[in-house]
Amino acid sequence: MSEVFDKLHMYFQLPSVRYAMIVGLLIALCSSLLGVTLVMKRFSFIGDGLSHVAFGAMAVATITGITNNMLIIMPVTIISAVLLLRTGQNTKIKGDAAVAMISVGALALGYMLMNIASQKGGRTSSNVSADVCSTLFGSTSILTLSPADVWICIVMSVIVVTVFLVFYNKIFAVTFDENFAKATGVRSDMYNLLIAVVIAVIIVIAMNFVGSLLISALIIFPALSAMRLFKSFRSVIICSVVISLICAGLGIIVSILAGTPVGSTIVTADITVFFIFSLLSFITKKGR
Amino acid sequence: MSILLRCENVSLGYEGSVVTKDLNFTVSSGDYLCIVGENGSGKSTLIKALLGLKPQLSGNITFCGEVSKNEIGYLPQQTMVQRDFPASVQEIVLSGCMNRCGLRPFYSREEKKLAKDMMKRLEITDLEKRCYRELSGGQQQRVLLARALCSARKMILLDEPITGLDPKAANEMYELIAGLNQKDGITVIMVSHDMNAAVRYATHILHVGGKQLFFGTKEDYMTSKTGQAFLSVMGGDEDE
Repeated sequence: MSEVFDKLHMYFQLPSVRYAMIVGLLIALCSSLLGVTLVMKRFSFIGDGLSHVAFGAMAVATITGITNNMLIIMPVTIISAVLLLRTGQNTKIKGDAAVAMISVGALALGYMLMNIASQKGGRTSSNVSADVCSTLFGSTSILTLSPADVWICIVMSVIVVTVFLVFYNKIFAVTFDENFAKATGVRSDMYNLLIAVVIAVIIVIAMNFVGSLLISALIIFPALSAMRLFKSFRSVIICSVVISLICAGLGIIVSILAGTPVGSTIVTADITVFFIFSLLSFITKKGR
Repeated sequence: MSILLRCENVSLGYEGSVVTKDLNFTVSSGDYLCIVGENGSGKSTLIKALLGLKPQLSGNITFCGEVSKNEIGYLPQQTMVQRDFPASVQEIVLSGCMNRCGLRPFYSREEKKLAKDMMKRLEITDLEKRCYRELSGGQQQRVLLARALCSARKMILLDEPITGLDPKAANEMYELIAGLNQKDGITVIMVSHDMNAAVRYATHILHVGGKQLFFGTKEDYMTSKTGQAFLSVMGGDEDE
């Protein structure tokens, strides 16, 4: 056992490991905040769709060779979030079909563009699949974060958390009953937009870390687990933040020790917690 | 008695199909208007249009002078989303105060007190910490009404308020709404299937069915042809 601690101690001497821990926990915190809202508003798939859009945008960014990918990915994802919300209200193409269309489309285009880029650049095809794999499932090594990445992540997290706290009551009102909020003079369209933008921001900052396919899991699982056991909106959110932080922390440590990919390790931890909570809620219901 | 709400030549419906048309009526301060009609006659659609949730096909709906959007309370029919929502009763009732906040992010002490008072009034104070999804239909309805009361300062719109209530609870609900109207001077607009209650409590009746069949005071309605025909079908009790 002490060997394990020694090994961890040694790893945490390295700045890159510390960066990974900071970024991982911040992402876990942000992504768990809006999970309940997404689940209850039936927006779960929008999160998924947006992450595919972010993947497509990243491919475009790679092609154009812009040094800071964020400049393209962030605005494209935010715009798509707004568009997806709009189509949700439009009956011509149903919301879920629109999400499927955009997400699969972005995925296909992104992959194609990445291949074209590599042919021009004269790289080998194995490199492309490695690139694609790491964008979809997160880097296999988490030790590639630069101090700049960490700072971007910290700033974004502070913004997301502040926005969430300031608009907490409004987000609750709009999530619980949008029609009531709208009817009584609350500008629910604006808050829907806000929710969409915040989700887009979370997805983009989380993408480098866990990969675009696994972000939804990070957003949805803690919320679903918390909803099994807790009964008020506030306690569900606090609980999902705690679950998310613990899972992210554990996931990162395990992935360092066992050399597993970070993203999927964290998600595995989230899934385990979900089953434990489901079991607990089943038992408490039986006991009553 | 100033006019609060005016509808002129309003027609309602979904894309291409008109559900009801030629609605002309006014609601004055202190009125208790009951909207009656058969299923699918556009009653709920009318409520939604009045609240600005659904645009009307043509015509004008205007709120005059005194009442602004954030002084209105609304008791909707329950949606599926809400039935399994993890939220405590207190959180839901308090969210009715949202329209008093404007841009202020948190609730003030008065608003929290108001929510408490409303819960007391509807006798749900002991449910305060309970989870909404674990309540019975009647209890849920009370919670939603408490929320509506928090947001209603001048006017309240109710869409089938007694759905899912037993006769006793339904009566209490009606008494409560009548009290609001008479004691607190809140203008009431209610959609109802229950003709007995409509003629007992309302001051005005609007009867819709494809078009406006009747609008006027309750007394006029009971002597009118439409009224008498409808009351006899629905088992209304004419001599209270």
